[in-house]
Amino acid sequence: MTFSPATRVLLRAFTGLVLLFVYAPLALVVLNSFNTSRTFEWPPPGFTTRWWSAAVESDGARNAIVVSLEVAVMATVIALVLGTMAALALQRFRFFGRDTVSLLIILPIALPGVVTGIALANAFLTMFGIQLGMLTLVVSHATFCIVTVFNNAIARLRRLGGNLEEASMDLGAGTFRTFWSITLPMMRSALLAGALLSFALSFDEIIVTTFTAGQGIQTLPIWIYQNLFRPNQAPVVNVVAAALIVLSVIPIWVSQKLAGTDESVAAAR
Amino acid sequence: MSTAAVELVGLSKSFGDVTAVDGVDLTIRDGEFFSMLGPSGSGKTTVLRMIAGFEQPTSGSVHLAGQDVTGRPPFARDVNTVFQDYALFPHMDVLANVEYGLRVKKVPRPERRERAMAALDSVQLGDLAARRPTQLSGGQRQRVALARALVNRPRVLLLDEPLGALDLKLRRAMQLELKQIQREVGITFVFVTHDQEEALTMSDRIAVFRDGRIEQVATPADLYESPTSPFVAGFVGTSNLLDGGAAQTVVGRPGMFSIRPEKIHLGDDVRDGDATAPGVVQDVVYLGSVNHYLVELDAGPTLTVLRQNLRGTTDEAMALRGQRVTVGWAPEHVIELGPHQQLEKEES
Ligand SMILES: Nc1ncnc2c1ncn2[C@@H]1O[C@H](COP(=O)(O)OP(=O)(O)OP(=O)(O)O)[C@@H](O)[C@H]1O
Ligand SMILES: [Mg+2]
Repeated sequence: MTFSPATRVLLRAFTGLVLLFVYAPLALVVLNSFNTSRTFEWPPPGFTTRWWSAAVESDGARNAIVVSLEVAVMATVIALVLGTMAALALQRFRFFGRDTVSLLIILPIALPGVVTGIALANAFLTMFGIQLGMLTLVVSHATFCIVTVFNNAIARLRRLGGNLEEASMDLGAGTFRTFWSITLPMMRSALLAGALLSFALSFDEIIVTTFTAGQGIQTLPIWIYQNLFRPNQAPVVNVVAAALIVLSVIPIWVSQKLAGTDESVAAAR
Repeated sequence: MSTAAVELVGLSKSFGDVTAVDGVDLTIRDGEFFSMLGPSGSGKTTVLRMIAGFEQPTSGSVHLAGQDVTGRPPFARDVNTVFQDYALFPHMDVLANVEYGLRVKKVPRPERRERAMAALDSVQLGDLAARRPTQLSGGQRQRVALARALVNRPRVLLLDEPLGALDLKLRRAMQLELKQIQREVGITFVFVTHDQEEALTMSDRIAVFRDGRIEQVATPADLYESPTSPFVAGFVGTSNLLDGGAAQTVVGRPGMFSIRPEKIHLGDDVRDGDATAPGVVQDVVYLGSVNHYLVELDAGPTLTVLRQNLRGTTDEAMALRGQRVTVGWAPEHVIELGPHQQLEKEES
């Protein structure tokens, strides 16, 4: 596509504006984590690493991070197993109501978190008689984590078709061997991308968590939410936020790398 | 006769309303280069997939080396397939691709290596063992697919239009190479193609498919010289059909007949003892070493006549356009296609 010089300048300015709008607040968070002022005075009267050491020593923050990591990892693992199996089943076998099942799997991501949260909490407490806790929290997160894994897996399976698997069986490999040596490696990058997204979704989930975590369990988003407006804790919260910004770069970078391997898969087809 | 490598008995396959294969009976001999020829959609691939075990027949049975294997999955059949799009594993290098079948069968590593390398050498790809399939040309991929199948020393090798994606020159070269490999290894080849020339050059026998049925099974020479139906006559070579009133006038009796273009003599070439018919040259098609003359007979039908450019100039040949000529042929070159068959127009 070609643009006139004027349009080009305009487009550049607009792109710059959007980037500024997104990244200025993030930069502010990072900057403020070194601000000497407890109330984030602007411009900062001075810079200090005091809040960073306070954050490292804060038990609440540390526990919350550990809980969040545990929940995200467990929910992602469950989602990987179930999401992959569901995708395989729906892609391979034609059966009555296949499209409906597919829709039902994807639905949780579209439902308002409040609805899912209440529904799950009710089900756990009344139907199953389970106390809210780690188990219920992980299961609840897995319901929407499955969606991202499922979507990625089924998209990849559709693109691959069944040809490579047929070739494998033709060469003497049974169903399991074929899955292990051919299907799974071909799906790997798609599954990793799905898992990263699923991890990220679980890690910052707050609404469903509020309903299904029970009393004793505090995930990082909940801890941040509860401490943000306490004058003493605000700078520490800010530090945690700044740390998260830096850490988020890693999955983005990994998924960009994966996009590269995806192309080589596409080229082979 | 030794036991048949492949035997198909009353084989049929329907996909919903579509009958892809409709009652195929076929015996393929051990060590034979057997081709399945037919227009697009005539059921060749479906038959091949039922032999390989990817598709379950709706009725009928598949026998390999005398054993009924109809219900067996692909991995429990002693056949290997070369797929049309090769289906090489993109996440493995060439050597790993070729070794795959042996690894699955738990052949010890040194032997596996050796056999895989030998297979790659036999298709002249020993140097490219470490490459990925994406780094190969179409012809090279085709050879890898062949090596990957042959290394398992199957009883039967199934090839579904393996040369379809190659350009004409490479295709010709691979045809010769495939035929040579087949002679060396002595494995039964079942080769699917819709290219009649390819089938004629490579095969010991050919089955012509039409609408899920077999029209005729014969050697290339028999198929060309004595086709049993107008469809086969038209699909294998150019047929020059004479039927109805034209048959009566030109051949002298009712029925349906065909005369191959190269068997028809034109003008001065007509010999003593030839049956003759008058006509007008409608067009002359220059094809380099030969010319095609389209001659509309006074009796109705238009015949294609092929004449080698042995003498005379191209201009002289072209000047025949619009001229009245006499065409003739030896009576024994008239192929009788059966008296009462209805000619159907067939597009391929
Ligand atoms: N999986 C399928 N589902 C539905 N119909 C099918 C399926 N596979 C094949 N068919 C139909 O069966 C018929 C025969 O197909 P087949 O692929 O065997 O033809 P073919 O002779 O190999 O043709 P081509 O030369 O184009 O490869 C076609 O009408 C095709 O549309
Ligand atoms: Mg086909």
